[in-house]
Amino acid sequence: MNSNLSKFANEKRKGLIGATKRSQMQQSILLSGQKFEITIQRLCQQLIENHRDFTESAIIGIQPRGIYLAQRIKSELQRILKLDHILFGELDNTFYRDDFRREGSAPLVPNTTTIDFVIENKKVILIDDVLWTGRTIRSSLDAIQAFGRPQKVELLVLVDRRFSRHLPIQPDYIGIQVDSINSQRVIVNWKETDTEDQIILLTEEND
Amino acid sequence: MAETVQQLSTRHLLGIKDLSLADIQLILETASTFKDVINRPIKKVPSLRDITIANVFFENSTRTRLSFELAEKRLSADVINFAASSSSVSKGETLIDTVNNILAMKVDMIVMRHPYPGAGVFLSKHVDAQIINAGDGAHEHPTQALLDAFSIREQYGEVAGKKVAIIGDILHSRVALSNILCLHQLGAEVMVCGPTTLIPKYITSLGVKVEHNLMNALHWCDVANMLRIQLERQDINYFPSLREYSMLYGLNKEILDSLDKKITIMHPGPINRGVELTSDVADSQHAIILDQVENGVAVRMAVLYLLAGKRV
Repeated sequence: MNSNLSKFANEKRKGLIGATKRSQMQQSILLSGQKFEITIQRLCQQLIENHRDFTESAIIGIQPRGIYLAQRIKSELQRILKLDHILFGELDNTFYRDDFRREGSAPLVPNTTTIDFVIENKKVILIDDVLWTGRTIRSSLDAIQAFGRPQKVELLVLVDRRFSRHLPIQPDYIGIQVDSINSQRVIVNWKETDTEDQIILLTEEND
Repeated sequence: MAETVQQLSTRHLLGIKDLSLADIQLILETASTFKDVINRPIKKVPSLRDITIANVFFENSTRTRLSFELAEKRLSADVINFAASSSSVSKGETLIDTVNNILAMKVDMIVMRHPYPGAGVFLSKHVDAQIINAGDGAHEHPTQALLDAFSIREQYGEVAGKKVAIIGDILHSRVALSNILCLHQLGAEVMVCGPTTLIPKYITSLGVKVEHNLMNALHWCDVANMLRIQLERQDINYFPSLREYSMLYGLNKEILDSLDKKITIMHPGPINRGVELTSDVADSQHAIILDQVENGVAVRMAVLYLLAGKRV
């Protein structure tokens, strides 16, 4: 089961879970439309409570799929607060992952990192779409050290898959919580890159 | 961003000859991410922390050895260095024995430079480690070709369609062969230029243009890759004097200014100032010689990272 898990994690990273794979799986929509929109709005309001005008804060999306949520949150915050600029970066954690050279994983192909500011003494808000085992966050915390010592790091996720953590990592801001088993998959689609905003739960047909 | 699972098709890097276009592109793409890494405040990533690499150099080297060692350290690998001149090789130990003794100390990868062509290929067949060729005689020097291609791509955006002239001692050059193979894979046109005696007889079978006049080559090319005269490999006199060679094939500021376009000057090092390049050319805006050195670390990091991923 473990190797299955890492295989999926690998496919997830590469965005390989495409139409063919999905057709063998049962889909159920966990969140979409107006409720999706309200969830994003609520996350923004929670951020504003803690970060006020964001002068000392930076938003960092985790590659590959966390950057869409990060971009959405950033533009919503700018709209609500009427700000021109919020520090924003995209972080790739490929070289810090713990599954490089492990069974079932091909060499990990890196994505780009764009952080063109110093995060020393900034309050960093790490953003990813789905929190599952916590390993991605662990490697991202390592990766972020290369850009300085942040004053604080917080974690925002759209979906928290409860009771599935491999590491003691918990989010500070949660869109929705989902109870799922390991063979299930949770995918977030974005209207910018896919067809519409939605969170779907995939279950294998034979389960 | 890569959308498909990608990995190298080979377990060793013995020469550009063994690489497909996809392999080369994967290495160049990965190298550009590593170039970001080495320009960060903290230049180190932990990817290869459980790997030990031996740098085995049977021939002198400054750039390549330092560049490999730095690349290995930036990837957090453990590194041991071995120079033939200060080792038991001088007591008569064979290549296979030497390397097997190194491997008995639990080494995963060997970076080797050797004066004999094919030494890397030979070793890969007889020992159980991943071999990276850091130059084998006048045969191949794959990481140099990859970093040259990377530098051209960085300068022009792409390599395809560019005209590259390799000028100088082609006969004794491993850089020339690897460069020709790599640039052709990427879709560039290649010309070699030098005195008749320093151009290999059947080089046109590689699909390159041959030119003996420096000015013609310079008018044709976008990039001039100037090679050193490898006096240490020359057992006979291939030309009357270095002074004459320098007058006919040396690049100076007047020649460069007389061209009606801007060309890029590359050099794999070490430069013999005043022979193939004058100082004012080597230090000019046209030359990207030090960029090549910087890119060398990134390219070697990419090669080591991708090969390490092949081990499982």
